[in-house]
Amino acid sequence: MNMKHDYNILIYGYGNPGRQDDGLGDALIGRLENWPDLNGYEQVTVDVNYQLQVEDAILLQDKDLVIFVDASMAEEVEDIAIEPVEVDHRASFTMHAISPGYLLAMCRKMYGNHPPAYILHIRGYEWGINEPITDAARENLDKAWNLLKEIIREPEKLDANHAYMTAKKVTG
Amino acid sequence: MAQKVTISPVTRVEGHGKVTIKLDDEGHVTQSRFHIVEFRGFERFVQGRPYWEAPVLVQRLCGICPVSHHLGAAKAVDMIVGAGAGDGLTPTGEKMRRLMHYGQILQSHALHFFHLTSPDLLLGIDADPAVRNVIGVARSPDYKDLAVQGVMMRKFGQEIIEATAGKKIHGTGAIPGGINKSLSLEERDRFLKGKDPLNADTMIDWAEAAVALFRDYHQKHREMIDGYSQFPSNHLSLVGRDGALDLYHGKLRAVDADGKKILNDVNYQDYLSHIAEEVRSWTYMKFPFLTNLGNEKGWYRVGPLARLNTCDFIPTPRAQKAFEEFKAYTGGKPDNMCMHTHWARLIEALFAAESIKELLEDPDLQGEDRVVKGTRQNEGIGLIEAPRGTLFHHYRVNEFDQIQMANLIVSTTNNNQAMNEAVGQVARREMDGQKTITEPMMNAVEVAIRAYDPCLSCATHALGKMPLEITLLNHNEEVVDRKSRHTNGVQQN
Repeated sequence: MNMKHDYNILIYGYGNPGRQDDGLGDALIGRLENWPDLNGYEQVTVDVNYQLQVEDAILLQDKDLVIFVDASMAEEVEDIAIEPVEVDHRASFTMHAISPGYLLAMCRKMYGNHPPAYILHIRGYEWGINEPITDAARENLDKAWNLLKEIIREPEKLDANHAYMTAKKVTG
Repeated sequence: MAQKVTISPVTRVEGHGKVTIKLDDEGHVTQSRFHIVEFRGFERFVQGRPYWEAPVLVQRLCGICPVSHHLGAAKAVDMIVGAGAGDGLTPTGEKMRRLMHYGQILQSHALHFFHLTSPDLLLGIDADPAVRNVIGVARSPDYKDLAVQGVMMRKFGQEIIEATAGKKIHGTGAIPGGINKSLSLEERDRFLKGKDPLNADTMIDWAEAAVALFRDYHQKHREMIDGYSQFPSNHLSLVGRDGALDLYHGKLRAVDADGKKILNDVNYQDYLSHIAEEVRSWTYMKFPFLTNLGNEKGWYRVGPLARLNTCDFIPTPRAQKAFEEFKAYTGGKPDNMCMHTHWARLIEALFAAESIKELLEDPDLQGEDRVVKGTRQNEGIGLIEAPRGTLFHHYRVNEFDQIQMANLIVSTTNNNQAMNEAVGQVARREMDGQKTITEPMMNAVEVAIRAYDPCLSCATHALGKMPLEITLLNHNEEVVDRKSRHTNGVQQN
C-alpha cells in the first residue's frame, strides 16, 4: 500500500495494564499496533511503557509529531481530550513518574529542539489490581481509537489547529 | 494553639503517603509520622494463580523496578521447582539473571542521582524550584553533561534489561529454574563495543566520574552533607558468602550502628526466625525489625548505605577503590549519615557498570544450558537487593500448583522506621516555630525522604494529581495552610 503522507509520527501509550483503567494507554496502542502499516502509514511508530522514562527523550528527536496517550482521572475530561504538551523543566517529587513536558525539555536539551507533542487523555474510572478495563472506560477507548485514526490520516489538521481538536467532541 | 502539618503524596492507585507533623501550642514539633505506599491486596491477588506465573505477575507491583520483583519471585519459584535457593542454577541461568539485575541497578541509580539528587545538591535545597532541576544544573559549565549522561546511562541499563528479560513490560526472561534466553554475540558486542556512549566502558567511566563529583562536592559542603540527617541505626542486607557486596544472592547480615554483627550471615530461608513486622494503628505499612533485638531496638535501614555498611569489600576494582575511601571517612565504622546514601548509591552504580562488563565478557552468557529442575517443593523464598534495598518474596503452593500464600516485604517497608526518623529530624529543624509552610521547608522534608528513594508512585502515574500536599491544621483539625506539589513539581497554594 502506498504511503499517504510522510509525517513521522510517534504514538506513545503509557500506564499499567495490571491496574484496570490505567491500562487504557496500553490498550489503545494494542489496537493500533499494525493498523498504520496495514493502512499505508509506515512512518507512524508506536511505543508503550508503564510510565514515561527520561530516556524516551531520545525517541522524540527525529519525529514530526508525538502523541502521548494516557488514562486520566480528571473530572474535566468527560470522555477523551487532547491538548498540546508544553515544555516543562520541573522534575516531580520523585522521578518515578515524569511528565511529557519534562521529556520535551530533555529532548530540547539533548538535541536542541523537540517535535510538537500532544497528550490524548482517556477518562478512566477504576484502578483495581488486575481487573479488566471498565465498560465506561472502554467506550472512551473506542472514541480515542477513532480520534487517533483521524489524526494519523490527517496530522496536519492537528498540527495547524489543535484548539479545534481539543474542543471537538468525538463520538463513536 | 496545637497544629498539625500534613504532607500527602497522593497517588491514585498505590494508596496515600503523607507526612504528619504535629506542633504544640508554641509551635514546637512534638511528633512526626511518615505514612507511605504499601502493597495492600497484592498478596491476595496472586493467591490461586499458578506459581510459574508469579515472576511475571509481580511486575505489576511496580513500574519502576519490575525487574527486582521479577527476579525476587523467580528466586522463590526456583525453590518450588527444586532448582535450589539462588545458587542452584546453571552458570548461564545465574549470569543472565545477574546481568539483568545489574542493568536495573545501573539505570535506577543513575536516574536517581543525575535527575533527582544533583539539582538538590548542586543548586541547593532552597533554590528556586523553577530552576532546581537537571536542566538548571546543566546550565553550569562544570555540569553541562550531567543530564545527557543520566539519560544515556538509563538507556544503556534499559537495553540490558530488554536483552535479558525479553521486553520492557512484563519481561519473561527469568523462568522457574533458570532463564529462557541466552545473550547473542550481536547483543554482547553491542553492549561491549557499541558506539559511544552506549558501551560498558563509557558507563564505567561516567559512573566513576559521578563518584568523583559527589566526593568533590562533599569536600566543599561537608557540614551540610554530614549533618543533614544522621542517626544511629542497624543496617541489613545480603552479602556474598565471602562478605562481598552482592546484590543478587548471598547470606543475610545485619550490623548495628557501631559495626557489631547482630545478624551473622544467616540463611535468608530462615528470615521468619529473624525478622518480624510490627503493625501500628496510624499506618497500613508495617515496621519490620530484628526479633533478637525487639521492635524498639531492632529496626534497621536497607539500601545502598546499609549495603556498604554490611559488606566487607566490593569485588570489582574501581568500585573497591571508591569503597575504601568511603569506609575510611568513618574510620571503618558504619556510616549513619543519611545524605551519604547518595555516595553509596554512586559507588554501587560503578560496581554495577563494572559487573556488567565482566559478565558480558563471560562466554557462559552464550550457553544453551539454561534451566534446571529437581524435586518439587511446596514453598519458596526469594531475596534480592533491589535498588532501594532488600526485597523478600515468599510463596507457599498447594498440590494443584496454585499459590496459597504470598508474603512480600518490599524495600520501602524495610526502610519505614528509618524514613520516619529522617523526616522527624528535618521537621524539628525546619518547621519548629513555623506557622506557614514554605517551598524550601517542603523540599527539605522531601530531600530526606528522597535519599531513601522510596517507591511512592510506582505502577501508575496521574497527570493532574497532587503527589505531595502539605496541610497545616490547628488543634481542631481545621486547615490553617495548605501547599501542594503537582506531578511536574509545581507548587500550588
